[in-house]
Amino acid sequence: MMRTGNPVGRWALTAFTWLVAILFVLPLLWMVLTAFKQEADAYTDPPRLVFTPTLDQFAGILERGFLPYLGNSAFVTVVSTLLVLLMAVPAAYSLSISAVPGTRDALGFFLSTKMLPIVAAIIPLYVISQNLKLLDNVWALVILYTAMNLPLAIWMMRSFFLEVPKEMVEAGRVDGAKLPTLLFKVILPVVAPGIAATALICVIFSWTEFFYAVNLTAAQAGTVPVFLVGFITSEGLYWAQLSAAALLASLPVMIIGWLAQNHLVRGLSMGAVK
Amino acid sequence: MTQTATTPVTKPATAPVPIRKPVGKWSGAAWLRRAPLLPALLFTILVTQIPFLLTVFYSLQSWNLVRPGSRHFVGLRNYVDVFADSQFRGAMLNTVLLTVVCVLVAMLLGLGLALLLDRKFLGRGVVRTLLITPFLILPAAGALLWKTTMFDPTYGLLNFVFGGDIDWLSEFPLASVMAQIVWQWTPFMMLLILAGLQAQSKEVLEAAAVDGAGRWRTFASITLPQLSRYLQLAVLLGAIYIVNSFDAIFLMTQGGPGTASTNLPYYIYQRAFEGFDIGQSSAMGVIVVVLTLIVATFALRLMFRTFGMSEVR
Repeated sequence: MMRTGNPVGRWALTAFTWLVAILFVLPLLWMVLTAFKQEADAYTDPPRLVFTPTLDQFAGILERGFLPYLGNSAFVTVVSTLLVLLMAVPAAYSLSISAVPGTRDALGFFLSTKMLPIVAAIIPLYVISQNLKLLDNVWALVILYTAMNLPLAIWMMRSFFLEVPKEMVEAGRVDGAKLPTLLFKVILPVVAPGIAATALICVIFSWTEFFYAVNLTAAQAGTVPVFLVGFITSEGLYWAQLSAAALLASLPVMIIGWLAQNHLVRGLSMGAVK
Repeated sequence: MTQTATTPVTKPATAPVPIRKPVGKWSGAAWLRRAPLLPALLFTILVTQIPFLLTVFYSLQSWNLVRPGSRHFVGLRNYVDVFADSQFRGAMLNTVLLTVVCVLVAMLLGLGLALLLDRKFLGRGVVRTLLITPFLILPAAGALLWKTTMFDPTYGLLNFVFGGDIDWLSEFPLASVMAQIVWQWTPFMMLLILAGLQAQSKEVLEAAAVDGAGRWRTFASITLPQLSRYLQLAVLLGAIYIVNSFDAIFLMTQGGPGTASTNLPYYIYQRAFEGFDIGQSSAMGVIVVVLTLIVATFALRLMFRTFGMSEVR
């Protein structure tokens, strides 16, 4: 798209791109830097670039009881992602390769649930959780995150299933291959990377979810985002410690996102775009 | 098919268009084929539709959690009260403003970044990785980060760079929240638009170059029309998420000062969990759903038309 003839122009454009990118992520770079500062170095006027790096803030985070939150996040994320895959893969198969009657309706229904504002459901969810003794219980989040990611995963998996060459499936059928053979020998090898990508997207969305977590959990079942809320209620902010916590809390998703960046588009667009 | 959200319970079995083999709607074979779909369908109906029906039910009651025994049926009075509530109208206006501005600005920035990335240059992979990272950081972390290191009146980077001692969050609360949301969502827009740019046919672009079309001409008459479905999708999905914005407001401004940066999700949260007014906050929830449905009906149709659902096989 950007065609610039002369090399000077090309280099200028590259330099400009780099500059824009660095400016854009400056808040993040600053956060990483601050995470390794002492509190006294964290807020200074003018901001301080030279300082002695320390790991004190990370130790401080652990002392504040970060690990249980991390454990809750890991549990909720892993279990809900597994549940999503368990339901989404067969459903997507039904809605693509073995397109059942009413495929369009089913797809539309799943999509429509993503469009319902979550605030509209939070009050009954709170009351139901209370009645079922699921308030401040990780299972409430497991169920809700599964429902939250299921439509996304179905749409995304469906786009992977649609990529299985029709001829291969038909040829298998003609040869009299039974469904299990067809599934494991023909279809699964093609969609396996898709399943992995879908799982990563579900992990990202579960790990970062905030609204349900804040409203339905407290000390026992709180996830990593809930841990961060503790920083606005404490008297004054501990910037360096906050930065360390923000970095630590985001790191798993950042790494997953970097690894999955080629699949990110497909997940974020529910598979509508490759 | 768009009314599925309101009357979902009757939907799953309807099959207006038998697609492959014309099997009977209710025959055993048809159910067997549907079996893989059923767990997902039942689970989704159970978890997403029942709470909504309960919201409708609660919205017809006067029910405050701090006044035990106060619960009774009041018909539509909650709705009347909600519409008379100027704070609700303010929150609604803020929601629309926030969504429209954030989606548009993030999309324009995303388009710019995508255009910059859509060529080969040194470190392109690194730059792309850097640019998607704001989307990957926990939104809660992003909000707190902006509140402290960017917007703080004394030690914030903004005042350091531009001089002055502006208290951004109290002087420009809504704009500050928007800045953070735009920062968070621009990578999402960029990724979608970049996918669109890279899906362009190279031959057409080369043909345009051979015909002597300038860069702007090519962009306006070839690239932009080809991008349009990606842009539509970006707007649609961005809007779905940004309408629900809660983290940034909760963590940066608490809806304040006053109600200057209160949006509907935050206002409903306040009424429910700080005011304990179940009836009225449920009524607000229903109103939000109805408004969303109007937009979603249109959006769903667009999505199906744009992404060739007619070719369901």
